[in-house]
Amino acid sequence: MRNFSMKLFGTALLAGCMLLAGCERPPIESVQRGYRGTGMLQVYNPRTLEEVRAANEVPASIPLAPGDSPKATTVYKNVQVLTDLNVAEFTRLMVSMTNWVSPKEGCAYCHAGGDFAADTVYAKTVARRMLQMTRHINTDWKKHVAETGVTCYTCHRGQPVPAQVWTQDPGPKTAAQAGNRAEQNAAAMKVGLTSLPYDPFSYYLKGEYPIPVAGEQALPADNRHSIKETEGTYGLMMHLSQSLGVNCTYCHNSRAFYDWDQSTPQRQTAWYGIRMVRDLNNDYLEPLGPTYPKERLGPLGDAPKANCGTCHQGVYKPLFGVSMLKDHPELAGAKR
Amino acid sequence: MAMLSFEKKYRVRGGTLLGGDLFDFWMGPFYVGFFGITTIFFSFLGTALIFYGAAIGPTWNVWQISIAPPDLSYGLGLAPLKEGGLWQIITVCAIGAFVSWALREVEICRKLGIGFHVPFAFSVAIFAYVTLVVIRPILLGAWGHGFPYGILSHLDWVSNVGYQYLHFHYNPAHMLAITFFFTTTLALSMHGALVLSATNPSKGEVVKTPEHENTFFRDAIGYSIGTLGIHRLGLFLALSAGFWSAVCIVISGPFWTRGWPEWWGWWLNLPVWR
Ligand code: HEC
Ligand code: HEC
Ligand code: HEC
Ligand code: HEC
Repeated sequence: MRNFSMKLFGTALLAGCMLLAGCERPPIESVQRGYRGTGMLQVYNPRTLEEVRAANEVPASIPLAPGDSPKATTVYKNVQVLTDLNVAEFTRLMVSMTNWVSPKEGCAYCHAGGDFAADTVYAKTVARRMLQMTRHINTDWKKHVAETGVTCYTCHRGQPVPAQVWTQDPGPKTAAQAGNRAEQNAAAMKVGLTSLPYDPFSYYLKGEYPIPVAGEQALPADNRHSIKETEGTYGLMMHLSQSLGVNCTYCHNSRAFYDWDQSTPQRQTAWYGIRMVRDLNNDYLEPLGPTYPKERLGPLGDAPKANCGTCHQGVYKPLFGVSMLKDHPELAGAKR
Repeated sequence: MAMLSFEKKYRVRGGTLLGGDLFDFWMGPFYVGFFGITTIFFSFLGTALIFYGAAIGPTWNVWQISIAPPDLSYGLGLAPLKEGGLWQIITVCAIGAFVSWALREVEICRKLGIGFHVPFAFSVAIFAYVTLVVIRPILLGAWGHGFPYGILSHLDWVSNVGYQYLHFHYNPAHMLAITFFFTTTLALSMHGALVLSATNPSKGEVVKTPEHENTFFRDAIGYSIGTLGIHRLGLFLALSAGFWSAVCIVISGPFWTRGWPEWWGWWLNLPVWR
């Protein structure tokens, strides 16, 4: 009996250690975001937060260019988008773009052989579209990005390929007879390591599959949404939360997920964000497919696209809400 | 209530923990004791304060009455009465009443010379409550992490705290707690059914003994835990359910700040299959 209880105690101890093995420790920081006692709050590990802050420092910008040089179009041969800039502004932007997108490779990432006018490098063609996209975000999606806006750095952070992009997911390989996973049950990172459907992006951030699933009354009546659809929505919500480094109560009071009156103002910003990302993916990023070399495309041949994490990268406002746009008015939209 | 004829001989004096002979008496069927008095004191005071809280609150709708803890900004300090102070005093009263009740049970056990299994079991429930309103708030650094005292409001709190960790079903201790809760009901229902089956034989048969009960399970699954064993098992299952519930909430926040699904990264990264 004694032996048995020793074994039991040992097992319990081992289980306890295993439980704590992957864990964090106090002190913990929490931020109250609702009436006291409602549980509407954000919980942060200050040690992790420090790392996140360090990774989201905004780089210094180059001093503004003088306004009195000739128009770029009069000097250069192949300027299609930045037609409103003068040469000094144009050059300042080229240098900034290089710092933001290809600091290692330099101008050569987009311009080869010293011919700056040629459109031979795919990256230049992509970058031209990126310029249009960035201006489009900053002028037409103020409901999401406000006056803070975005620059190339918001997504690129010194890398030609942003840290968080996505392509259609063919799913894990299964042996022919091993059954159909029905696009779920695969511990996918995209849905926060849950077994929820693993490609929410194709459905909700490019496609316009309806996100609302809840019925409007207490008892189930006339609600035709399936469990699978609900899990799809949940998968998307995992992505939203992870991209912003927040929990569900940042946007919802979970007593009524569907109810806008009980939700926080951030949920509305997020609603516009979803529409914005769909717009970017359909009108800008997906059509770039044929421009890219093969190795940039996904396993199913589609172009790399954006999601909430592309800009936010784990922070509730990209770069903690510091606006780089104010130092780069040329990206806020074409000067008239 | 009338006293049963044999009851008197179990009413032994002594065995009290506090108060000596002072409160060592019965009122009707109830043993009073020092801790009976403190139970009454704390429960009346706490209930009165809840009524007061309701009176100064916005509603008399019983579903919606809620006594909320202080804002997080008060940290581990005292809050003004109407801004969470009431919650703090009521919490003290609740713990006072629960602990008094447990100690009164201890005194009764001592009088009867039986084991302390009942007060021990009750203590696990108290421990779960104290974990929610004292231990976890202290670990997180603010009384505001306690749950509000209200029928619907405490459920809303549970829901939101669950979604603070994105998907609470992935909390390993929550998994254990739920499993123990279900297993408890399974064990209790099988035990109840078995005893009733032995005492309600078919027409013409005599009432059966534990030997039949044991044989039933030996025939069915090759093993019977036995008459005493089933009660040990029942107590273990039930207390484990309460214990792991307390663990699952105390690790949420103090020992894990992200989504619970992410915690399983260590499992997915085991060298066996990564
Ligand atoms: C990320 C890609 C990218 C990088 C890096 C880049 N450029 Fe450009 N560059 C472009 C694009 C796109 C255009 C065309 C703009 C337009 O059509 O409005 C362009 C046009 C130019 C032109 C005008 C050429 C002409 O005659 O039409 C010059 C000059 C130029 N870049 C210089 C530079 C210099 C110098 C650097 C390095 C400091 C640089 N660029 C880095 C993308 C890039
Ligand atoms: C909303 C986020 C976002 C913004 C803002 C953005 N980009 Fe991109 N960019 C992307 C995505 C997504 C891709 C596709 C990634 C890939 O190529 O695999 C991409 C690809 C590129 C590429 C091709 C890289 C390669 O080698 O495949 C270049 C060059 C580029 N962007 C330049 C820019 C420039 C210049 C700006 C600013 C004017 C900019 N981007 C702004 C998201 C963004
Ligand atoms: C960044 C804000 C944000 C976060 C964080 C967030 N949501 Fe949402 N949620 C939304 C928005 C916006 C919608 C509505 C989308 C739409 O209709 O296009 C929504 C819709 C929903 C719906 C559908 C409601 C209905 O009408 O049926 C559910 C359920 C839901 N979210 C659950 C969650 C869960 C669970 C979490 C945490 C894992 C979460 N949400 C985190 C913004 C958020
Ligand atoms: C093009 C880059 C970009 C993308 C993509 C993006 N956001 Fe944002 N988002 C921003 C910027 C910039 C802000 C800051 C706006 C401000 O300062 O008010 C912001 C702010 C927010 C806020 C408000 C935060 C607060 O505390 O007020 C929410 C919520 C949000 N985004 C959700 C989302 C969601 C959900 C998605 C994906 C569907 C998304 N965002 C995609 C750039 C982006």
